[in-house]
Amino acid sequence: MNWYGIRAIYRFEMARTGRTLMQSVASPVVSTSLYFVVFGSAIGSRITSVEGVSYAAFIIPGLVMLSLLMQSVSNASFGIYFPKFVGTIYEVHSAPLSFLEIVLGYVGAAATKAIMVGLIILATARIFVDYSIAHPLVMVAFLLLTTVTFSLLGFIIGIWADNFEKLQVVPLMVITPLTFLGGSFYSIHMLPPFWQKVTLFNPVVYLISGFRWSFYNLADVGVGISLAATLGFLALCLVVVWWIFRTGYRLKV
Amino acid sequence: MNAVARTADDDILVVRGVDKVYPGGFQALKHIDLEIRRGEIFALLGPNGAGKTTLISIICGIVNLGAGSITVDGHDVVRDWRATRSLIGLVPQELKTDAFETVWNTVRFSRGLFGKAPDDAYIERLLKDLSLWDKRDNKMLMLSGGMKRRVMIAKALSHEPQLLFLDEPTAGVDVELRRDMWAMVRRLRESGVTIVLTTHYIEEAEEMAHRVGVINKGELVLVEEKAALMHKLGRKQLRLQLHDALDAVPAALASHHLELAAGGNELVYNYDTQGERTGITGLLADLAAAGIRFRDLSTRQDTLEQIFLQLVKEGA
Repeated sequence: MNWYGIRAIYRFEMARTGRTLMQSVASPVVSTSLYFVVFGSAIGSRITSVEGVSYAAFIIPGLVMLSLLMQSVSNASFGIYFPKFVGTIYEVHSAPLSFLEIVLGYVGAAATKAIMVGLIILATARIFVDYSIAHPLVMVAFLLLTTVTFSLLGFIIGIWADNFEKLQVVPLMVITPLTFLGGSFYSIHMLPPFWQKVTLFNPVVYLISGFRWSFYNLADVGVGISLAATLGFLALCLVVVWWIFRTGYRLKV
Repeated sequence: MNAVARTADDDILVVRGVDKVYPGGFQALKHIDLEIRRGEIFALLGPNGAGKTTLISIICGIVNLGAGSITVDGHDVVRDWRATRSLIGLVPQELKTDAFETVWNTVRFSRGLFGKAPDDAYIERLLKDLSLWDKRDNKMLMLSGGMKRRVMIAKALSHEPQLLFLDEPTAGVDVELRRDMWAMVRRLRESGVTIVLTTHYIEEAEEMAHRVGVINKGELVLVEEKAALMHKLGRKQLRLQLHDALDAVPAALASHHLELAAGGNELVYNYDTQGERTGITGLLADLAAAGIRFRDLSTRQDTLEQIFLQLVKEGA
């Protein structure tokens, strides 16, 4: 393994976060605070509790998940797209780095940044509402699995994108709607029966449900099913990344 | 520059029967065979789109190999890619840099990428050698084009490669900086690095290379010692400045295939230096017999550029 190579990519990507601290860290904190003010205080005051949990506390796992998914995808997609765009990717291709090592560097850094943001949001949430974590290990497992999976998805998008519009279109048109409709702000039991069935086709439902279970023992779908769905999505992303490097899709001719 | 002495198994790079067809069907390389000797400076000449960058990109692992085989220091670039890539440094044609990184960080990053443990003392020496030390904390976007080119070279040398590819190293560089680059390339070569450079500037090859390869339309037209190439293909021209202008070449001199130039004031005679006889003695005797007097004479040998154009034209 070229550990120095992995470390070089990882540190380079992390340094980029340092240079864009406002965008990387401050902006998710501000947007989360706004969600708490709007949904937690203004609207939440009209909803006393959801299945025994105060509404403000209920939305915390969903809010963390929302930022986690967006951050993972945008960090990883930008991380690999930018060297492609400016042409510095030649150096990565000509270096003695295997595809696995390249992925470890870029996806590792993207996942780290997303987890940092997730933890900052959890800390910010504490200012607004008191909450507890019933299963910390399960919570960490979901946190890790989700960030790695969506960082891989971001990496795939970054390879696929050949302009900035494509880079934005998936997070904006796919990830955001799926997250908002995946139970970030409500329990799917609050939906009419037909939409309860439809929403089960949304993979984000399983991530949020499993993650919320780790906080409050409260789940829309069984935690085992959530875990299996997350692992399945991770496996799918791994297969696509493996295929990209095997074929050199949009990387090598 | 004198040729590098050759010993058995002393080729650092061996290219055998390499073909490359791009997905659109364009054949960029046609059965390339080439050996690069350890410690030499090899100049690869060719017009735009000849296949120079494709060949280098395949050797470096940026473009997939079509057919054939390539070994670097005995390692196959496909099977043993980790070993070959560690041995190679590449300075691409275009200035591709991270605008917001500092010189120091970007060079350090390259060393890590190539699997080498950090060595700040080496990077410091490298930056000093390339007159970049004062700029180490500058962001790339603050640097001039020439300075960026130096940083690209520093990045390529950061992992101490044995074989360095310089793809059009002095494209868009002013004359002073070009001479500076040439001096630097010579220093590199003296430190034991083998250098392959592609160039449009024949002057560059003529000035620096031990051997010259000419590539045109994906085919390696010729590989020669530079001196031998110029000697072998070099045609010479004898120009005689006449005392009295002529209207036409006299019939008595027809066998010499002379041309009139400068409004009849010059006679031009082309001859081959490799020929058994140059024919100069006979020509001068015939001129004397015809009563043609001349004030002065000069000879001129083809430059590498003329040889190159001639080869490319023949291949067209």
